[in-house]
Amino acid sequence: MTLDQLEIGKSGRITTVGGEGALRLRFLDMGLIPHTVVKMQKAAPLGDPIQILIRGYELTLRLEEAAKIEIEPEEAEE
Amino acid sequence: MILALAGNQNSGKTTLFNALTGSNQHVGNFPGVTVERKSGMVKGYKDCEIVDLPGIYSIRPYTQEEIVSTDFILKEHPDGIVNIVDATNIERNLYLSLQLLELKVPMVIALNMMDEVRANGGSIDVEKLSEILGVPVVPIAAAKGEGISELMETVYNTASRKVLPSVYDFCDSSSAVHRCIHAIVHLIQDHADMLGLPYRFCVTRLIEGDGDMDEQLGLNQNEKELIEHIVVEMEDSTGLDRNAALADMRYNFIEGAVDEAVIKSHESKEHRRSVAIDKVLTGKYTALPVFFLVMFLVFWLTFNAIGQRLSDLMAVGIENLTAAAAAGLEAYGLNPVVKSLVIDGIFAGVGSVLSFLPIVVTLFFFLSILEDTGYMARIAFVMDSLLRKIGLSGRSFVPMLMGFGCSVPAIMATRTLSSDRDRKMTILLTPYMSCSAKIPIYAVFSAAFFPKHAAFVMIGLYVTGIVVGILAALLFKSTLFRGNPVPFVMELPNYRLPSAKTVALLLWEKAKDFIERAFTIIFLGSMVIWFLQTFDSRLNVVVDSADSLLAIIGRFIAPVFGPVGFNDWRVATSLISGFTAKESVISTLAVLLGTSIDNLGTVLGSLFSPLTAVSFLVFTLLYTPCVAAIAAVRRELNSGLKTLTVVISQCVIAWIVSFIVYNIGGILL
Repeated sequence: MTLDQLEIGKSGRITTVGGEGALRLRFLDMGLIPHTVVKMQKAAPLGDPIQILIRGYELTLRLEEAAKIEIEPEEAEE
Repeated sequence: MILALAGNQNSGKTTLFNALTGSNQHVGNFPGVTVERKSGMVKGYKDCEIVDLPGIYSIRPYTQEEIVSTDFILKEHPDGIVNIVDATNIERNLYLSLQLLELKVPMVIALNMMDEVRANGGSIDVEKLSEILGVPVVPIAAAKGEGISELMETVYNTASRKVLPSVYDFCDSSSAVHRCIHAIVHLIQDHADMLGLPYRFCVTRLIEGDGDMDEQLGLNQNEKELIEHIVVEMEDSTGLDRNAALADMRYNFIEGAVDEAVIKSHESKEHRRSVAIDKVLTGKYTALPVFFLVMFLVFWLTFNAIGQRLSDLMAVGIENLTAAAAAGLEAYGLNPVVKSLVIDGIFAGVGSVLSFLPIVVTLFFFLSILEDTGYMARIAFVMDSLLRKIGLSGRSFVPMLMGFGCSVPAIMATRTLSSDRDRKMTILLTPYMSCSAKIPIYAVFSAAFFPKHAAFVMIGLYVTGIVVGILAALLFKSTLFRGNPVPFVMELPNYRLPSAKTVALLLWEKAKDFIERAFTIIFLGSMVIWFLQTFDSRLNVVVDSADSLLAIIGRFIAPVFGPVGFNDWRVATSLISGFTAKESVISTLAVLLGTSIDNLGTVLGSLFSPLTAVSFLVFTLLYTPCVAAIAAVRRELNSGLKTLTVVISQCVIAWIVSFIVYNIGGILL
């Protein structure tokens, strides 16, 4: 599944980071790399963008961007 | 000695910079680009200058901020780097540190917010971390001023003894990445040494394929192919592409370092507090109401409760001063023409503008608090999907919001946007956000014509500006600026109490800037206007102001404003003077009508009807911004022709909208 499909409060582990050019480098620089655990925190009041918890900090990104990140769901809470 | 201060956004960089330099700061630009360059002398150290580099997450050559930071370190050869690292968010912050270490410049890591880490049961073995990273690490709490003197001592010693970082190998020695990096090191080290470039940095750039490193090093075709071959081999054996492989290497190294040296705190009080605050501030049902409430409060406090009151006080002070000066000059027996220049030209012009200083400062006070607490980032989060509809990202909201204060810093704030397209579009839209210098015009007119509905008129004008801006944005989106908005991947920092010192220094800077404008542009404008209205076409002192040079110019232009309802040379003239600074519209009208600003309202009735007053207000709302803002636009767009197009098109739009308002109003009334 992709990051945008993760339910609020659930966690997942990144498997592949897609996207191109500046967007992809931004993902990598912000710590969105394979094997990293992310937790879905919330969606903005208008449904988009979303807020995730990664490496102990809050990051926001849009659904269409999150759709470029493949994850596998994790059972355990972070 | 020159030092560079580098670090992530939200790492407390500004706070540390302020703690190191105090009020002794110089603000300028990096050469050739429009990224702000702040520097200052370090307190207690002679000849030790520190340059505050922009807040960045990486030193790739993609954004202007990243480019100027890298260039500064490589080309201006600072004696040392102070790398500030947020200890509560150490993994992502160290990512930049690893890249900085490759630049082979004496470096010290300032481990900020250690107080928060400790308070939450965490600890960091500073010596261990220093050993792993190969540079001194000094724990500090910049906001409380803790550890600052120890930090500077270490920085001074490291830089003056030229102690280079001792670790720059971040790869596991058995890994494919390691083999790749070292194979390329062998190939290019002598090239890099000859050019005086740090070779590890060159290797990273070559692997990532960013920029023109191969050209810079003068590699031949054979070497380039060999490097490509090595990198492809690394990609094959790691299963990651080159960029991911290096990012993975850095984060792996960091995770190892953190495992050894850091006892993580339990979920910090600050983070829990942030999550709790966010439940309301970005909550599904509460976010928008809270946002509008906050905006309303800021405006009410600025333009009514606090800012306006202080302004009124200041106006009284200036009036008394002017009266005293006039009496003094009279007693001295000064030439009446010169006295008129001083009192009617300079005192009246500059004084009227200065009394609005408190409003500007108050607004910036609130804006800086919104920024420093971390709420500004949430505004971007909450507003993103709305702004995306007009082709912008949530981040553009912040500069546009600043536009309500002053277009100049707002246009400058567009530099934080990483896409050129978004930056340009935001620059074009910002002037539609009615700037605070126009408030005096609105205030005088609404008090004179709509005393009971002043607030309604004000809000109406702001909304009109926004609506016209949105229409313009939709037009731009489908014409000039086709294409996708920038990626919106942004940190939401924990909420923090803003530091009084940071806010105070920012206010001081803004006040200084405003006063400077008052005494340069507006001073000059006042003198020119005084000259034009005191003398006639044969340079004799005029008896009747209708004969003055200015009246001649105003009469020439006035007919243009016939169809929008104010064909009068005095109004035309005041609009011309508004070009130097918006505040001058009111001071010029006052001078031309032979009255003071306070009494202007009572005289305006002879020039305007309520309908033409509205038409005039709409015109001032939308027509070209002041010369300082135009200069900022020119700097950012980097084209005189485009800037001229912007100015002219805004005047045309203003005329059209006023025309519509005046004629529809005429039909309705």
